[in-house]
Amino acid sequence: MVKENKVALSANAKKEKRQNILHKSLGLSFIWIFLILMYVPVLVLIVSSFTNTKVIGTWDGFSWQLYADLFHDEEILTALGNTIIIAVVSAIISTILGTCGAIGVFYSSKKWTRNLVENVTQIPVVNAEIVIALSLVVMFVFAGTYVFAGANLFSFWTLLIGHIILSLPFVYLNVKPKLIQMDPALYEAALDLGCTQSQALMKATMPEILPGIASGFLLSITLSLDDFIVTAFTRGSGLLSGDKTIETLSTLVQAKIKKGPVPPAMRALTTLIFVFVLLVVIIITIYRNVKAKQAKARKGREGK
Amino acid sequence: MKSKTNANTARASGMKRFFTFKRKYLAIPYFLFLVLFVLIPILIILVYAFTDTAADGSLVFSFNALVSFFTSPTKVNVLVVSLFMGLLNTIVCLLLGYPIAYLLADKKVNTNYVLVMLFVMPMWINFVLRTGATRDVLSWMGIYGGQHPYIATMIGLVYNYLPFTILPLYTTMIKLDKSQIEAAKDLGCNKAQTFLLNILPQSVPGLVSAAEMVFMPTMSSYVISDTLSEGKLTLFGNIIYLNFSQSMWNEGSFMAMIMLVLIAISMLLTRRFRVDKSQQRGAGLW
Repeated sequence: MVKENKVALSANAKKEKRQNILHKSLGLSFIWIFLILMYVPVLVLIVSSFTNTKVIGTWDGFSWQLYADLFHDEEILTALGNTIIIAVVSAIISTILGTCGAIGVFYSSKKWTRNLVENVTQIPVVNAEIVIALSLVVMFVFAGTYVFAGANLFSFWTLLIGHIILSLPFVYLNVKPKLIQMDPALYEAALDLGCTQSQALMKATMPEILPGIASGFLLSITLSLDDFIVTAFTRGSGLLSGDKTIETLSTLVQAKIKKGPVPPAMRALTTLIFVFVLLVVIIITIYRNVKAKQAKARKGREGK
Repeated sequence: MKSKTNANTARASGMKRFFTFKRKYLAIPYFLFLVLFVLIPILIILVYAFTDTAADGSLVFSFNALVSFFTSPTKVNVLVVSLFMGLLNTIVCLLLGYPIAYLLADKKVNTNYVLVMLFVMPMWINFVLRTGATRDVLSWMGIYGGQHPYIATMIGLVYNYLPFTILPLYTTMIKLDKSQIEAAKDLGCNKAQTFLLNILPQSVPGLVSAAEMVFMPTMSSYVISDTLSEGKLTLFGNIIYLNFSQSMWNEGSFMAMIMLVLIAISMLLTRRFRVDKSQQRGAGLW
């Protein structure tokens, strides 16, 4: 009797196990099918970056020629340099302004000022990029005509302002939760221990909100690297482009693909960007795993 | 309360300065920047939307832009087509993104965060480059934007916005209350009932924020429709761009204002469901 029960039970368990495996494999194949589909365009570019042909879809033997072309292509290299400079500079300024903003708003005593700043912060987050870009253009023209006596304001600086506006609210929104989580007594304790206000801010508050600042900074860089519309509208001449209009990767690629297929050298560039992003993903994953292990170990020790 | 302690410490340290540092002053440059480059530009747009440029360049109050928009069948048509494309793209992205996010968050299927990262990774490759790649692959397969502008644009839109829907859906799914689902099953719900009566209502916030991230940006997108339809399909973003590049600022500003009004309406409609504002536009990637 008991034995029979056991047999039935194990049969049940086996059935369930089989179902779980089926469930898992079906689910995973569904995920992978879409994952592969998502990467088709990029993968096609990557594969055809290793052959020297004008259009994709034809194979003319393996070659590194396109990579050699890429490193001699002044246009692309200039655009790449511009893109990186703009991304880094705008991200640094956004991070400083946004972090100060978040700290200031969090400790402001009046509720209405806090609500006001919060609501204004939301505007660029929800606004359409084209409206952000055009409203800035209109304002720069307006200011150029009426404030600066007919000067043409469009330059690296207007472009920089555009990119800062894109990312500034996201820095604020990334830092704010860290301030909420922080122990308010830390800052007071630093003051009691003889720190001046700015020392207390740097030594007590800063380390606590640093993760928020870092993710705000990284997000700013991503937003700036990917931007087309704001760049296309607010740019003028300057940076590595010299007297010519500033080209970033986005504007250069857009100008090229309007006329024809993605230029061959850009395929090589896609591969390099892909490899770089993949490396970043791998590093983040390893970092996450190490962190999770550390947290687990700490928990175990505290448990004892 | 806090400012009082600050004031006290300042007094106690015996500093009699004209200006005492307070933490809240740090917000001043931030706020000034926002006022100068967000609020004032929008105000100028609103001014342009309801004025007309006179012969001597001065602005005169008028409803010309409004009249010219609503009496132009092309412009109204573009608005309708954009709303339709936005809606269609949102529906397709949600229909595809929902099961993907569900399975990614299902512990029985996937426990690896790397897969989620892989879905998000295309977002880090320059989007103009990705759009060009999509167009080239589509023409290679025989789907030319010039001949099938709607299909080509739709594919490009889904390609671009699917990762943006998966991320918020995934974050909601991971937080689904498992005990509720178990309870529904124990109380006799079959699979369809459990899904419709429990899982779906629980994931509404994720659906709303995912839809928010697709609908408006699709309407106002410029590069995707312009590239994939070879200029054959004009969305609202393209027509605003066009008006400004032909220096029809009043008309362009009026359309930008329509965009702002639509955004405000959608914000009000989805207000109840919003959980975490920092989740928007790919935030939380890092």
